[in-house]
Amino acid sequence: MKKRTAGGEQLAARGARSARHPLWLRAASCALFAVGASAAFAGVLPEDRADLLYHRYDGGGIVIDGPSVLVRKKFADKVSIAANYYVDMVSSASIDVVSTASPYKEERTQYSLAADYLRGKSTYSAGYISSSESDYDAKTWYAGVSQDMFGDLTTISFSFKRGNNDIFRNIGGSKDPTFRRASDQRSYAVGITQVLTRSLIGVANFEVISDEGYLNSPYRSVRYFDPTSPNGYSYQGEVYPNTRTSNAASVKLSYFMPWRASLTGWYRFYTDSWGINAHTGEFTYTHPMWDRWTFSGSVRYYRQDAADFYADLFPRRDYANFLARDKELSTFTALTFGLGASYDFRIARLPWVEKAQANVRYDFMTIDYDDFHDVRASVAVPGTEPLYKLDASIYQLFISIWF
Amino acid sequence: MPARALIRSTCTALALAAALSACAPLEPWVKPYERENLADPIMAFDRYPVSTAYLDHVYEAREGARGATGNAGGGCGCN
Repeated sequence: MKKRTAGGEQLAARGARSARHPLWLRAASCALFAVGASAAFAGVLPEDRADLLYHRYDGGGIVIDGPSVLVRKKFADKVSIAANYYVDMVSSASIDVVSTASPYKEERTQYSLAADYLRGKSTYSAGYISSSESDYDAKTWYAGVSQDMFGDLTTISFSFKRGNNDIFRNIGGSKDPTFRRASDQRSYAVGITQVLTRSLIGVANFEVISDEGYLNSPYRSVRYFDPTSPNGYSYQGEVYPNTRTSNAASVKLSYFMPWRASLTGWYRFYTDSWGINAHTGEFTYTHPMWDRWTFSGSVRYYRQDAADFYADLFPRRDYANFLARDKELSTFTALTFGLGASYDFRIARLPWVEKAQANVRYDFMTIDYDDFHDVRASVAVPGTEPLYKLDASIYQLFISIWF
Repeated sequence: MPARALIRSTCTALALAAALSACAPLEPWVKPYERENLADPIMAFDRYPVSTAYLDHVYEAREGARGATGNAGGGCGCN
């Protein structure tokens, strides 16, 4: 009845919109909103859905592909359960690998189970994630609560996450029985989602993550000047601090365009105790067309400074207490361009499927490293090799159904 | 200490908002029936959860930064 109290202009506008979008599409819209905004709005449980994804990453000598399956199901409109099965099949001949080790293949399998419990305007969430590969086991659990307030204009959320990791080392294709390390991770996150106008919504997140334990790779090495070596340098194992604490704050704004499209902007500032400061910015434009199609385009910018103990080439062996030559800890700029398309359809033979959607997405990532040199090049003076550059293609193909 | 400054600013803003709200009742300025645009699926923050989780995983492996994405992710030896 509230709708009928609205002004005539608004009713006319709603009528015009109804004429543009069929009833099933509007119903699906509400369903999709409930799914997509579950993190943004407490008091609404995610819709029942299933997703089957094929993913492929190809760049920098690494190919990773595999499936991901996600199923969500509600029970009594109070509880929603989600289960995910995810696989990474890795074939790696990356710059790190070819410079100091041998190409390898391996597989990572991840299972996760999550539950949301809705009580009034509060949603309680908990989940468990298990990731397993031949030399790394990770177990993570988390719990959180979100609460609607101010006429459902505002949602605040808190969550805590804890992970325990066991790290091993493979030598010659088998596990090294003498090597086993552990690390522990804790995360504390708060968020606020705010309806700002009829067409603008924002969300701010802040997260502190702290790690303790063995945080470096058992395989990666750092290089140092060595006049006795034929190429002028030698390698030694990297050494990281045993603790790391990071702070990240982000703001996202999403605006509904007058011609039924959306523009979303996201910014994150990151700083950690290893000396890395990073800025991330991302814009996404989404545009529905021809009733059943939705197209989206995105651009992401990422820039970080190097960790305090990073160097491409150390002056000598054991130069400092902590030594790293991980390119992810160096100074670099990354740009990612993404294009996606989705097509809505129905499956007549499966009446229990309310709606189905086919999706394809392609992202191109290019990373320019400022102080990570490509050691595959032969030069007279170590440290004068050309800077490394990484281009990667990321493919996704997935089908979603709502039931 | 940008993080500390950020926390201090946030606390100040929250305290100010609480003080102001005590002076005048805060009314929801967007009514439930005025949220049609916000309810459109193209406005959902996480329209494709399985895809978002995958891309978050890729970014976390290739970038040094992490966190504040609003999504829960597990650990892996992906670097």
